[in-house]
Amino acid sequence: MYVAVKGGEKAIENAHAWLAEERRGATDVAELSIAQIREQLSLAVNRVMAEGSLFDPDLAALAIKQARGDLIEAIFLFRAYRTTLPRFGYSNPVETGEMACDRRISATFKDAPGGQVLGPTFDYTHRLLDFKLAADGEIPEAPQGPARQEPTPHITEFLKGEDIIQDEPACDETPGDLTRQPMEFPSNRPLRLQSLTRGDEGFVLGMAYSTQRGYARNHAFVGELRIGKVEVEMDIPELGFAVDIGEVELTECETVNQFKGSKTEPPQFTRGYGLVFGQSERKSIAMALVDRALRWEELGEDNLGAPAQDEEFVLSHADNIQASGFLEHIKLPHYVDFQSELELVRKLRREAEERIAPKEAAE
Amino acid sequence: MINQTEITTEARKEWMGLLARAPDDALMRLWDGIQDRPSFEWLRSPEVGGVMVRGRTGATGAPFNLGEMTVTRCSVVLQDGTVGHGYVQGRSKPKAEAAALIDALMQTSSADDLQAQLLNPLRQQMQAVRSARAAKAAATKVEFFTLVRGED
Repeated sequence: MYVAVKGGEKAIENAHAWLAEERRGATDVAELSIAQIREQLSLAVNRVMAEGSLFDPDLAALAIKQARGDLIEAIFLFRAYRTTLPRFGYSNPVETGEMACDRRISATFKDAPGGQVLGPTFDYTHRLLDFKLAADGEIPEAPQGPARQEPTPHITEFLKGEDIIQDEPACDETPGDLTRQPMEFPSNRPLRLQSLTRGDEGFVLGMAYSTQRGYARNHAFVGELRIGKVEVEMDIPELGFAVDIGEVELTECETVNQFKGSKTEPPQFTRGYGLVFGQSERKSIAMALVDRALRWEELGEDNLGAPAQDEEFVLSHADNIQASGFLEHIKLPHYVDFQSELELVRKLRREAEERIAPKEAAE
Repeated sequence: MINQTEITTEARKEWMGLLARAPDDALMRLWDGIQDRPSFEWLRSPEVGGVMVRGRTGATGAPFNLGEMTVTRCSVVLQDGTVGHGYVQGRSKPKAEAAALIDALMQTSSADDLQAQLLNPLRQQMQAVRSARAAKAAATKVEFFTLVRGED
């Protein structure tokens, strides 16, 4: 039962005023600009764009500032803004094979054409706090080498020739869109990928880790991981042809997984796929592992009852805005609900006491 | 207005794509330097919206919806009837307006001037940024070498 109760306006107003003051922090410390957040906290910006499901670095930086660095709160602000935008249309699928790669590595082929390009990675750093960053300092320009002119081919392309890896044949079926239609189960791979790419990084990571620890293990290798910008093209009806409407930074992960083969098919590697806005490497690898685990039925594997194989479980709990909305609503006033529970417990206790009391009197 | 058929679709796609991807400040700085601004009317005044970006499963398979990006669009008509469209990344209405006007002017006799004064420098600036990143990436390419093994 809901009962409308008024009151607290003044308290709320004052709480918000104090929030604004706390957000600013000590005024003898310089205020952060949106550009500073965008440029210097870019991986936080990337996470807000990926899970907020909207590519706009300036806006994500604003959300982070407003949310005082609480990234889930920032994602919430971002999602709310997103719903106010008129939808102009859908892009043509991006060509990740044409990506201008900042980073491109393979854990399976040392001498892959295009090479192992490390890019601006945390890998191989010693994870020791760098106190030099606590002081201002000039950063020397990064060294440059002879740039690759041609696009870097996908590594799975080389395996395809041998027919030793499952193919991903192109099709032009219109995918479902969970921002337009609520998820229904069983779903399909395009919808699962849409759900996973905007899913909470921690949740998707935990699910992926569970498969590595043995809950529906699928023996994943990172066949390829690439980070860089791709152009986004859309058909413009008033022009009658497609034009680029911008470019987005993406992280793509393709895993190569084991497959036993069947009576009709020789053994062949299978694949998991991760594609995420921004430089989001951990999320992208995790997404590929969970994608692969969820494909058990299509690949004729056993349902081991593992959480990562249960699409309803995974997809219904991956969204941190849905989750935190439901979780945090329980802190809001439930006075009336609680009052009725209180009455009920008191009544039950009274009845219990009445049952016990005559027995004691009889003994 | 020059004959529409003289302008190839490829050329128009190229300049529209360049304008869409251009950093706001770089484009606006060059646009501010253009003296000859045509008078025009709006066919569609600037509007901010979202486009759902799609990827493909396994990079080559079935399309799926990845997430949206912000886009601002508008359309203009010059006094001679030339129509220009602006579709640009982000939320800048002045940038969309500039893109639509440049698209229109590129279909007129101003095309050569605009190409020289605006599109060429913009293309060069953007190419320089892209090349610098590619060169930094190239410097992080691993050169493997095999250590001499001790077991003959």
